[in-house]
Amino acid sequence: MVENRPLLTFVQHAVLILGAALFVFPIYLAFVASTHDQVTVARGIPLLPGGEFWNNYSQVLGEGISTAGAPPLSLMLFNSMVMALSITLGKIAISLLSAFAIVYFRFPFRILAFWTIFITLMLPVEVRILPTFEVVASLGMLNSYAGLSIPLIASATATFLFRQFFMTVPDELTEAARIDGAGPMRFFKDILLPLSRTNLAALFVILFIYGWNQYLWPLLVTTDESYYTIVMGIQRMANAGEETPQWHLIMSTAILALLPPVAVIIGMQSLFVRGLVEVEK
Amino acid sequence: MRPKRVTFRHRWLPYALIAPQIVITIVFFLWPASQAIYQSVLRQDAFGLRTEFVGMANFGRLFSDPLYLESFWTTIAFSALVASLSMGIALILAVMADRVIRTATAYRTLLIWPYAVAPAVAGVLWWFLFNPTIGIAAYAMDALGYDWNHYVKGSDAMALIVIASAWRQVSYNFLFFLAGLQAIPRSLTEAAAIDSAGPLRRFWTIQLPLLSPTVFFLIVVNVVYAFFETFGVVHATTSGGPGQATNILVYKVWRDAFEGLNLGSSAAQSVILMVIVIALTAIQFRYIERRVEY
Repeated sequence: MVENRPLLTFVQHAVLILGAALFVFPIYLAFVASTHDQVTVARGIPLLPGGEFWNNYSQVLGEGISTAGAPPLSLMLFNSMVMALSITLGKIAISLLSAFAIVYFRFPFRILAFWTIFITLMLPVEVRILPTFEVVASLGMLNSYAGLSIPLIASATATFLFRQFFMTVPDELTEAARIDGAGPMRFFKDILLPLSRTNLAALFVILFIYGWNQYLWPLLVTTDESYYTIVMGIQRMANAGEETPQWHLIMSTAILALLPPVAVIIGMQSLFVRGLVEVEK
Repeated sequence: MRPKRVTFRHRWLPYALIAPQIVITIVFFLWPASQAIYQSVLRQDAFGLRTEFVGMANFGRLFSDPLYLESFWTTIAFSALVASLSMGIALILAVMADRVIRTATAYRTLLIWPYAVAPAVAGVLWWFLFNPTIGIAAYAMDALGYDWNHYVKGSDAMALIVIASAWRQVSYNFLFFLAGLQAIPRSLTEAAAIDSAGPLRRFWTIQLPLLSPTVFFLIVVNVVYAFFETFGVVHATTSGGPGQATNILVYKVWRDAFEGLNLGSSAAQSVILMVIVIALTAIQFRYIERRVEY
């Protein structure tokens, strides 16, 4: 603080607290709605949680909302987890390997390979919806975990991040490893991987959130309920045709859908901030 | 960047290492993108039986189609609103948090987590708040004399998706603004304070100018977000309606392909979107280069 101005400090805290409250409010209200029964919610939401917590959550987790054609949430949560983890681990694995190849080897077509990877930055799913869908359909990957994750695991940003990091690893380490007779894979496993640990963790946080929150892609490639993910499934419940939306159950679902990524961000805050800043560099 | 002095030699290993990523990029990125370009110059009849080459006709029809042009303007208005709203709020909060340095981390924890909420889920949460029959925000506005109904009024629907999209993005902008503010040397602000410049004056003459690279960078990031990552918000709440009021470009490209089955037009729209992404990415890289120089 540059100078002491009690009034200003007070105003600042007030603004920040107001801002934080505004941020939490929608979630708080969703939580409140998820602890009441349908009649109470429809009559106007109370401002304090009610006593239907266990009923609502066990209903959505165990049975799902049958009128909206949604499978039990436990299944959708599992699908989301499989998709998010496959995307995250897949992206990290292939990016690590390709960055290693690009930095530590000289081979023909190296620059071409680099640009091929780079171009994925410019082609998000949203701009090539139909043709990508056709490719996945013709490979027989609709309604499968492979179809949900593999098309999304190519990542230029992760490759760049690792490339950038590998460039800062001192040449002396490579020389020392070579003198001791270590081959490239041994060097990769015993020296590069341990050195990249923090970067790996930061990237894991960012990519997990990215993977968990995928919406358009699961919507395209899954028609079979047993492959629905929770983030796309929630929309089916909310738009359940003629039925009155069962808000208390929809809000339970929303809470469950946002809990895992929010827990990851809050639990690994410093890694998240680091990852976000690194990825955008 | 300077290439490595020490490298390994191997005949096939580098190709094996890079192969998975290249294969996925070609199969799921380059091939579909080239298909989109190819289909954008074709026209198919409704049953997919006959295909003819039509050159630029699909593009010509798009740009003379009032619905498409309307969607274009809707998207531009939408991204301008999302970017200015989320950046404005984030900047105010970041300036406040920057001054109270001791508790800044506590506030950061409270403010960053909406970033983890999926756009579609954010949409559903705000939809619930603004629901005309049971929503608490709609109720509050009713008490203030405004009859909120996003099912009927286009401007209400637009406001709803702007708020839901911006809410999530404030966290992101806040983090970058706070980092930018904390990178400004204390000595500058202290010197200004000694010269009796008040907090507001210091903000306009020192903090904001030094923050301008962050501002430009965030404008691009937010526009990209509003253009391409808000499909979930629209799809889960307004479905482009009422009428065309919230039919943004990415939503239209999806709807024309999967509901309208108009492949040529959808492909042409994809190609236009690609051009927009490429332009935005190019701008982003330019500003990032700049940012490093500062």
